[in-house]
Amino acid sequence: MSEVTTTPAQPSFTAKDLVTDQDVRWCPGCGDYSILKQAQTVIPELGIPRENIVFISGIGCSSRFPYYMETYGMHSIHGRAAAFASGLKATRPELSVWMVSGDGDSLSIGGNHFIHLLRRNFNVNLLLFNNEIYGLTKGQYSPTSEAGKVTKSTPFGSIDHPFNPAALALGADGTFIARSMDRDPVHLKDILRRAHAHQGTSFVEIYQNCNVFNDGAFEIFTDKETKKLETLFVENGKPLVFGANSDKGVKLDGFKPVIVNLAEGHSANDLWIHDETDRVKAGILSRFFDNPKKGGDHFPRPFGVFYTEQRACYEDGLNAQIAAALAQKGEGDLDKLLKGRDVWEIH
Amino acid sequence: MEHTTDTLERVIIKFAGDSGDGMQLTGTQFTNTAALFGNDISTFPDFPAEIRAPQGTLAGVSGYQLHFGSTNIYSPGDKCDVLVVMNAAALKANLRQLKPGGTIIANTEGFDSKNLRLANIAETDHPLENGSLDKFRVIKIDVTKMTRAALTDSGLGVKEIDRSKNMFVLGFLYWMYNRSLDNSIRFLEEKFSKKPDILNANIKILKAGFSYGDTTETIMTRYVVNPAKMIPGVYRNMMGNQATALGLIAAAKKSGLQLFFGTYPITPASDILHELAKYKNFGVRTFQAEDEIAAIASVIGASFGGALGVTASSGPGIALKGEAMGLAVMLELPVVIINVQRGGPSTGLPTKTEQSDLMQALYGRNGEAPMPVIAASSPADCFETVFEATRLAIEFMTPVLFLSDGYIANGAEPWRFPQSADLKEINVKFATEKNGEKYLPYKRDEKLSRPWAIPGTKGLEHRIGGIEKQHETGNISYDSENHEFMVHMRENKVEGIANHIPLQTIDTGTEKGKLLILGWGSTYGAIKTAVLEARAKGYDVSHAHVRYLKPFPKNLGEVLYNFEHVLIPEMNNGQLVKVIRDKFMIPAIAYNKIQGLPFNAGEIREKIESILGK
Repeated sequence: MSEVTTTPAQPSFTAKDLVTDQDVRWCPGCGDYSILKQAQTVIPELGIPRENIVFISGIGCSSRFPYYMETYGMHSIHGRAAAFASGLKATRPELSVWMVSGDGDSLSIGGNHFIHLLRRNFNVNLLLFNNEIYGLTKGQYSPTSEAGKVTKSTPFGSIDHPFNPAALALGADGTFIARSMDRDPVHLKDILRRAHAHQGTSFVEIYQNCNVFNDGAFEIFTDKETKKLETLFVENGKPLVFGANSDKGVKLDGFKPVIVNLAEGHSANDLWIHDETDRVKAGILSRFFDNPKKGGDHFPRPFGVFYTEQRACYEDGLNAQIAAALAQKGEGDLDKLLKGRDVWEIH
Repeated sequence: MEHTTDTLERVIIKFAGDSGDGMQLTGTQFTNTAALFGNDISTFPDFPAEIRAPQGTLAGVSGYQLHFGSTNIYSPGDKCDVLVVMNAAALKANLRQLKPGGTIIANTEGFDSKNLRLANIAETDHPLENGSLDKFRVIKIDVTKMTRAALTDSGLGVKEIDRSKNMFVLGFLYWMYNRSLDNSIRFLEEKFSKKPDILNANIKILKAGFSYGDTTETIMTRYVVNPAKMIPGVYRNMMGNQATALGLIAAAKKSGLQLFFGTYPITPASDILHELAKYKNFGVRTFQAEDEIAAIASVIGASFGGALGVTASSGPGIALKGEAMGLAVMLELPVVIINVQRGGPSTGLPTKTEQSDLMQALYGRNGEAPMPVIAASSPADCFETVFEATRLAIEFMTPVLFLSDGYIANGAEPWRFPQSADLKEINVKFATEKNGEKYLPYKRDEKLSRPWAIPGTKGLEHRIGGIEKQHETGNISYDSENHEFMVHMRENKVEGIANHIPLQTIDTGTEKGKLLILGWGSTYGAIKTAVLEARAKGYDVSHAHVRYLKPFPKNLGEVLYNFEHVLIPEMNNGQLVKVIRDKFMIPAIAYNKIQGLPFNAGEIREKIESILGK
C-alpha cells in the first residue's frame, strides 16, 4: 500500500512549527486564513514527520498556500498541480502529499489533470478552495460562478453553466468526495482528518469567501440565520436532517429525494440514512445543488463526506509491477542490457 | 543451377510497398542479418503518417532504405542499387531514387489493372511492359502467386497467406546476397511462438524465396559484400530511440537515481516509451500522462522528490511543455527533455524528419529562460548524448534539452556498445545538512549549481516555485535589482557548463583551411561522406559537428575563424546559421533542405564544389 509514513507517538511538532517566516499576503478577511489555520492545527495531530509532508499548488490566491506551510512545498504552474503531485507520489509513495488549488486552477485551466488524478487515485489530498471567482486576476467569473453572474468579464451576466464540483469528481470516479467551508473550523478540521486517513485521492471542496471580489457568495450557508435551513451536514449512518430545530429531513421516494417535515408525523426512521459507500445515493446528494438565492422550493446544500470507496492507488499498481519484475527477472544487469542479444565481433 | 559470384564493396537496397506489405519488417530483418554478418550499415525508414493509408495508392507507399558495405558507411546513401517494389505505386514513388542501370525487383501481381489505376497509371503505360524501364535491370516475380501456391495446404486464409509474401522477397534477397536465413528464422520463431500455423507459413515462404533464386535463372550472378573493417570490438545493431532509452537507463544506474519517464504518445518519440516500459526490473517507472503538459509536470514533481525525471516528445508536444520548462529553469531541478524532431510547424509532417526545432529549443520559452541544448548525430550517438544530457542536468541542477530527430530515431547502425564500467560517473549529492542558519535552497556551489534537498530530509523543509526568487533564500522577491541579478545568475550557470564539456574538434579534415562545414544533429553521416569524397578529389574542405548547442564549446569561435568560409547545412530554413552569425559575427553560408528528408551526400558535395569551384 502507498501508506503514508506515520509515527503513532506524540506529535513531533506543533501548529506553530508549521508557520513560515513569510508574511501571509492574502487580503485581510480572506477565507484562506481560516483554512490555513485549520490545516496547521490538524496536521501535527496526524503523526506524519514534518519532513515527509509536501504541499503542491498551482496558480491563484489559494496556491500561495505552500509558502505559508513550514513543510516541503512547490508553487507550480496554473492548473497543473495534480500532475506534479502525481509524479512525486509515483516515485515517493511514502510522502504525505497535499494539493492546494482553486476553482479556476482545478476546474478551468487544470480540468483535465483534475479528472485524471481522480481516476488514477494517487494517494493525494486535494483541497479545492472554491470561491466562485477569479481573485488573483481581480474579479472575472470562474467555472463555478452561477449563471447570470455579473463580473468584470461578464458585465451583462455570465452565460456559462457552472460546474458542480462534487458531481464532476464523482463522474471521474473519485474515491473520496467531501465538502466543507472556511467558516466552520470544527467541520473543516474533521474533514481534513478524514481526507488524510483515506487511501487514494481525497477530494475536499472548501467553500471559501473572497471578501474582495465575491463577498458573501456562501453567506447563506454560513450565516447563523440561514445556515440551519440551507445546509445539510451529512454523517455516515445518520438520517438526513436539517432545519432550524432539526425539524426537516430528506426521504427517498424511489430515487427521488423529498423534503419532509418531521413535525408533521414523519419519523427520523423514515428518512434517508446516509451511507458514504453508496455511489448512487452520493450521486443524488451531489445534485442538491439548487441556487438558494433564487428562493422557492429547493434542497439544502450538503456538507460532509458524500462518498468514499477503497480502490487501489496508481502508485501501488506501479510499485507492484516493479516488484513483480524484480522477483521474476532479478535486478537488471546494465551490461547485459547494453549487449543485447545479437552481437558480432570485429577483430 | 550454377551461378557466378561477384564481390561488391557496398550496396543500397530500397524496399518499397504498400504500408500493409511489411516493408519495414523486411528491411529491418535484412539489416539485422547484414549487421550480424559484420557489414557496416546505415538505414532510413520512410513511411506515411497514416497507419493504413488507402491501399495501393502513392499516399500509402512505405519505404525502407538500407546501405551496407565492407567499408565505413556513414549514411543510408543517396540513390539505390536495388529497388524492391511490391506494387505500381511503390515503383512510381521511388523510381527517381534508383541509380541508372540499377535493379528493380517487382512483384508483378502489384501491377495488375487495379493497382495501375490506384497509382494513377494508364493501362497503356504499363511500366513493366512499355519499355520505360529499359535502362534498368528488371526482375519480375509473381510473388503473390507463388506465395499462395506454396501455402494452399496450410489451412490459412488468403489474407493471412498474402501477409507472408514479404518473406518471399526477403528470402530471394538473402539468396542474392549470400546471406543465411538463420537470424530471420529465429526472429520468426520468437514472434510467432504462439501461432505455429503462421510461423510455419512464414518460414516456408522465406525458404521458398531463397530456393527461387537458387533454382531459377532469374539472376545468374550472386553477390558477396564482405564484413567491414571497423574499429575492433563487439557490435550490435542499434536504432536511435532504442539508444536513447538505453542511455537513460544507464544514466539512472550510474547516478543511482530512480528513472521516472513521464510522457504522452507522439510520433516519432513514442518508441522511447515502448522501450523503457519493458525495463521494470531496472526500477524504471514509466507514466503515460493525460497530456504533454502533465507529462513534464509529473517529471518535475518526480525530480523534486529526488528521481531522474525525463520526458520525451516531438515539436508540437514540446510547444505545450514550454511553460513547465520555464518553471524547471526557475526551480533549478534536473530534468531531461527529449525532442525527437519532425517536420513542422503545427502537426506538420509527423513521420518525416526535420531539424526545425533548434530555435524552439534555444529560445522557445517566456522570459529569459536559458537551458542547455545538446543534439545527437547518429542513431547510436543517441546513447552517449542522452547520457551526457543527464549528467549535465544533475551536476548543474538544470533542465536540459536533448535533440534527436525522426531520421536517427528510426534509423539504425552498428554500435560498439560500451561496458558499464567505462561510462562516466554521474555524481549526485542530495543535501542533508543546513547550509546556513536556515536552509538556503538557492545557495550555490562553485558551478553556480544549487543544492538538491529532497522531501523526507529533516530540517531542510523549503518551498520552491515559479515566482522570481531572492538570491540564496529562494523566498519570493519582486525586487528589481534582484531580478536582474538572478537572470544573469541563471544565464551564467548555463554558460559556465562550457568549462565542463569537451572542446570542439574537427571530425574530418584540417584545423585550418578554405571551407569548414559545420553541422549538428543527424546531418552527420551525409556531411562526413560528402567531405571524404570531396577531399579525395582534392578539395580543401573540413567537417566539424557540434553536439553542444548551448552552451557552445569554448573554442568554437577559434575553430570557425580558422576557415575562409563556413557552410552550415541544415534540414530547416536556417537556424544554427543565425545563431552562429549572431554569436561569432561571421558570414556563415546557409544550405537548407526542408523536404522532410535527410540530405544526400551528393547534394552537399555539389554545394562544396560550387563554393570552392570545380
